[in-house]
Amino acid sequence: MNRASLVFAALLAALVPLSLLAGRVWIAPFGEGPANAALILAELRLPRAVLGVVIGAGLGAAGAAMQGYLRNPLADPGLFGIAPMAALGAVASFWLAPLLPPTVAAWSLPLLALLGAALGMAALALIAGRTASDAAEGAGGGIALFTLAGLMLASLAGALTALAITLAPNPFALSEIVMWLNGALTDRSWREVAIAAPLTLAGIGVLALAARSLDALTLGEAAARSLGVEPRRLLFLLVAGVGLTVGAGVAVAGIIGFVGLVVPHLVRPLTDRLPSSLILPSALAGACLVLAADSIVRVLPLVTELRLGIALSLIGAPFFGWLLVRMRKGRI
Amino acid sequence: MTLAAEHLTLTRGRRAVVEGITTALEPGRITAIVGPNGAGKSSLLLALAGLLEPASGSVRLDGAPLTGLAPRARAQAIGYLPQTPDIAWDVSVAALVALGRLPWRDRGAQEIEAALAALDLGALRDRPVSRLSGGERARVLLARVLAGTPRWILADEPLAALDLAHQLTLITYLKACAKECGQGVVVVLHDLALAMNHADHVLVLHEGHLVAEGPPRIALAPQGIARVWGVDAQWLGEPGRMALVSEA
Repeated sequence: MNRASLVFAALLAALVPLSLLAGRVWIAPFGEGPANAALILAELRLPRAVLGVVIGAGLGAAGAAMQGYLRNPLADPGLFGIAPMAALGAVASFWLAPLLPPTVAAWSLPLLALLGAALGMAALALIAGRTASDAAEGAGGGIALFTLAGLMLASLAGALTALAITLAPNPFALSEIVMWLNGALTDRSWREVAIAAPLTLAGIGVLALAARSLDALTLGEAAARSLGVEPRRLLFLLVAGVGLTVGAGVAVAGIIGFVGLVVPHLVRPLTDRLPSSLILPSALAGACLVLAADSIVRVLPLVTELRLGIALSLIGAPFFGWLLVRMRKGRI
Repeated sequence: MTLAAEHLTLTRGRRAVVEGITTALEPGRITAIVGPNGAGKSSLLLALAGLLEPASGSVRLDGAPLTGLAPRARAQAIGYLPQTPDIAWDVSVAALVALGRLPWRDRGAQEIEAALAALDLGALRDRPVSRLSGGERARVLLARVLAGTPRWILADEPLAALDLAHQLTLITYLKACAKECGQGVVVVLHDLALAMNHADHVLVLHEGHLVAEGPPRIALAPQGIARVWGVDAQWLGEPGRMALVSEA
């Protein structure tokens, strides 16, 4: 465990109890609390906090891995097809749920979102995986093709999602879809934790397996291959890891952007800057960021709770601009 | 311990860039691959490193086809230094050199220290690579290859874009690898004088074909230079310090 991991683990340890206490109803750590404090903690805030930690960890780790793979500090896992495909699956569930038996319909949203993520992963692996082999002339085709395939998938999924919104069966469904797409942890329960946590943990584990190969990519694709990196194996690990973490997040909380982009930048100065040193601390920092943002949106004095996805985009977009300015000045 | 190409043909897309090359490279000496632009030098080097699969023929390491070797085993045996390595992250010199140990999956502290010392990089170990000069950067990238203790070092134009002093420093290190450590060193060179003065063996490529091979004085004879490069030139000076003077 490196210095960055320790810093963000300590921060997370401080944030979790704070997050449990914060909300419309504040719970004092000592002394008299509201009558239903135990219920609020066990059934509302604890699952929500755990879910925030899980989703943030997945997005942070996926962002670090994606930036390492693309050798680009501006890469975000959401840009490359898997998150938009998961969102498309989720939107499809608003159409399909009324046609399904009630017991299945209750699970249709996360299941179809995961199916969308899986389809996105399969498409990426099929398109980009063919050239990411030793037989190709270098792995060059692999990473460039991966990027283009991801952008193509993202555009297609975005267009189909927009189509589904414009053809929404009724105004209620339209509002539900739009709200859901904005991402939130409101009213989530242990059920969502049970879906997202194992998939995210598995995804982070898969990304950790790719870590040293990502380090080798620091020197470029030809040098990485000369160091024994197998481009096809690396691509599959990356697609599976990002698919599991991002797909699980979208399936239970909608689109939460910018975490994967922002977090590795917070972590990088505390490490030796190699991708393998970033994955665990980025997972911890992502957990901190989502947990903190979700706690803040809960206590903001607004009529309706600000959606977490919107809040993080409001933070993330100016940060992205700041990165671009730094890049222009040659500091990245 | 040989690295050999047998009837090797390489293609880029549908175009053949190397055709029917057969040669055997020996360890313990510097082999230079020379030729005009587009002759197929870099493609041949990539194939010798096992990074470009032959369209036909084979590359063999100690008699066994390179394509049959596991990527890690191949990486342990052959170190490859690309022509224009761009470094994605602003890592420290020590962290970059340590990447050379990836095929071994160990920390390799001793090998890393030896590589840093061999290229006189001890004082720079904590410096970010963005703050290195061109010459320092070239030494660091070579140290990365040395840290992997490969039996073969394959470098694509390692001396390009270096000033004279740094060219001599680097070629001296490569000579030491060959003579003292018995490693096989194969370098793509543009500068024929460097090949003439420092290589033990030269391969001359022209339009994808091996047109001359042997000790530098034979492979780089003026008649051959006229035929391949289309330049009438003479070698002047004493062995080891020869300069190519064109008659145009």
